Amino acid sequence: MITSRLAASILSFVLLGLSEDALAQDTFSFVYLQRSDDPFYAPHRAYTGLTLRNRHRPLDGAKTAQREGRILGRLMKLRFELVEHWIEPGENPIAAVESLHQSVGAAVFLLDLPLADFETLKPLLSRRDLIFFNIRHRNDRLRGIDCAAGLFHTLPSNAMVADALAQFLFKKDWRKVLLLVGEEDADRILGDAFRQSAQKFRLKVVDQRDFVLSNDPRQRDQNNIALLTSGKEYDVVFLADSVGEFGRYVPYNVRKPRPVIGSEGLIADAWHWTWERHGAPQLNQRFDRIAKRKMQDTDYAGWAAVRSVTEAVVRTKSTDISTLRAYMTSDEFNFDAYKGVPANFRPWDHQMRQPILLHTGNAVIERAPIEGFLHEKNNLDTLGPDWRESDCSM
Amino acid sequence: MRLSSVTAKSKRNFLACKRQLLANALLTVTCLTAPGLTLAKDTGLIFISNEKSSTITVLDRNDNVIREFDTCARPRGVHFSHDRTQFFVGCADDSLIVVYDVETQKLVKRIRGVEEPETFDLHPNGRHLYVSNEEDAGATVFDVETGELLATYDTGEEPEGVLFTSDGSLVFVASEAANLVHVIDTVQGKIIKDILVDTRPRRFALTPDEKELWVSAELAGIVDIISLDTLELIGDIPFLPTGFRKEQVTPVDLLITKDGSRAYVALGRANHVAVADVKTRKVLQYILTGKRPWGLALTHDEKKLYVANGLSDDITIIDTESLKVIKSIPVGQVPYGILIDDH
Repeated sequence: MITSRLAASILSFVLLGLSEDALAQDTFSFVYLQRSDDPFYAPHRAYTGLTLRNRHRPLDGAKTAQREGRILGRLMKLRFELVEHWIEPGENPIAAVESLHQSVGAAVFLLDLPLADFETLKPLLSRRDLIFFNIRHRNDRLRGIDCAAGLFHTLPSNAMVADALAQFLFKKDWRKVLLLVGEEDADRILGDAFRQSAQKFRLKVVDQRDFVLSNDPRQRDQNNIALLTSGKEYDVVFLADSVGEFGRYVPYNVRKPRPVIGSEGLIADAWHWTWERHGAPQLNQRFDRIAKRKMQDTDYAGWAAVRSVTEAVVRTKSTDISTLRAYMTSDEFNFDAYKGVPANFRPWDHQMRQPILLHTGNAVIERAPIEGFLHEKNNLDTLGPDWRESDCSM
Repeated sequence: MRLSSVTAKSKRNFLACKRQLLANALLTVTCLTAPGLTLAKDTGLIFISNEKSSTITVLDRNDNVIREFDTCARPRGVHFSHDRTQFFVGCADDSLIVVYDVETQKLVKRIRGVEEPETFDLHPNGRHLYVSNEEDAGATVFDVETGELLATYDTGEEPEGVLFTSDGSLVFVASEAANLVHVIDTVQGKIIKDILVDTRPRRFALTPDEKELWVSAELAGIVDIISLDTLELIGDIPFLPTGFRKEQVTPVDLLITKDGSRAYVALGRANHVAVADVKTRKVLQYILTGKRPWGLALTHDEKKLYVANGLSDDITIIDTESLKVIKSIPVGQVPYGILIDDH
């Protein structure tokens, strides 16, 4: 069956015609898709004019990787190019992808788009002659029941991140966890992901307390941090707060002398600017030179998308998408993710296998998978759903 | 290793230098390394650069720490001058190469404006230092006498290992992030080939007959072997000490003995040094070291192997006959490079 698919895609490649082939011959294009009206990047100011959350587009990460491709291009006699495309309000993302596929011959798309656009793009996401990268969402459904054959993920999922923290707690023997969960859907999703991880790694969630962002004395059991964290024995507080306004006051206001993890305190991400091993300082400095800021985990996801495809092109000496896809999801693919362990993509859900960094504001405390958590094949698969547990069928 | 065969090498260097003098009548090239003129004093001293504490640890010939002194920021690559009366230290965070006197460890001079030097090798003419500039995707050539920048070559990202052939005609530069070995023809002054190797190439060793170039591929857990005749990959050696997984084996520094029989390879996160047979390309033994061994150095008689353990801040000393550890010695933070002045 695989062979017939392969044959079909090779055939379609041939049928696309010579003009496109000729254009694509010495340029390999990555397209970065973004929306001009994306609320995610709207300035987010807290009370008193403080900016707590400064979101930057992962475009700078993609640029860093594209620049790294220069010398590899010399070897391949190929130019790696990054095309930025802004989707305007009212523009159909499907039309945008199709026209870019035709006009610049691009087959690799980095999606810096809201989740709703992933839904719109669904008919294209399962195409096997295109590669799409989710570089922004940790959503587990995108890797689960909503997965698609053409969709790859370089940012770790909520499940991977929660598993990383759960491994850390297990290793520390901090096994009793109090869960604080906010009102947002994203908070509940985070809380649920941690509950699952707690079960997987045999931690005990002693209680879940839902908090609200309010000063209303009638709701004090839900807005007073000391009350929210009283009445139970626990080793650690797991905070699920995607907004951050409540969460920033939780450390040190906890009723007991216990650490806070999750959205504050010890945080799990794909990347951190203080990561200083496995070549990370060099990547951080290359990024800083282009972006004039510190590299964040979505920047890393943008970087990894371009870098992994570049690496696959060089290794397979091919720009044929089905060849690249097959290679990127094989055990042979051995891509330097600057976290000390070779990365590649899980064939069952196209999630990039990678270590997760557990960090504070200015230091990486631990890297998961944590020593001692073993897997029959690849220890990285102790983070997130293994093939047995995956809801994805492509 | 390549520092140890000085007599034979210096003879060749002298000839190479003489040729160069004739060829470049207008260039002032001083040849300090004529045979018989060697000024090395056989101090028995051992120098270790400590990347994180920005210090140099000095051991005597009995492996006692005699001092540790401050140097420039993030010292990594180290190299003797041709006559071994001086040594160079590359400081990445200061973009400097500093030159010390071996005997007194007094600062002789600074070569400035070397973008983030990582490692380097000295041309057999004793004068041209080829430096990998880690942050700058380049290899630069400096005149060690005048400190002048002579040439720049574009490499892949994160160039690391640099090694000359004994006649100085070719120099190899490994690019860690691009997985390339660049071959620079020093006469033509250009890169004549980019060789794609396995993931994260770090350091080189040449077999004494100069038929094979060995390059460690850190994230592939292997050493790739390149033929110097064809400049193509012709083989590799995988490493896997008992109880380790492939992804934990991250080879960095490697040495080949003067008789070309044996290779030593520091295995990084696997906390072992591998001993391999060069002819059969088989691993003979794995020796347990400290944490994350990278830098290696052999004594002139090749009876002792020194290993810099980056994450346990110590040096492991191995008896190469019994292949047993003699002892380990605490040094500065994150030891990187080792130099031995013992002949």
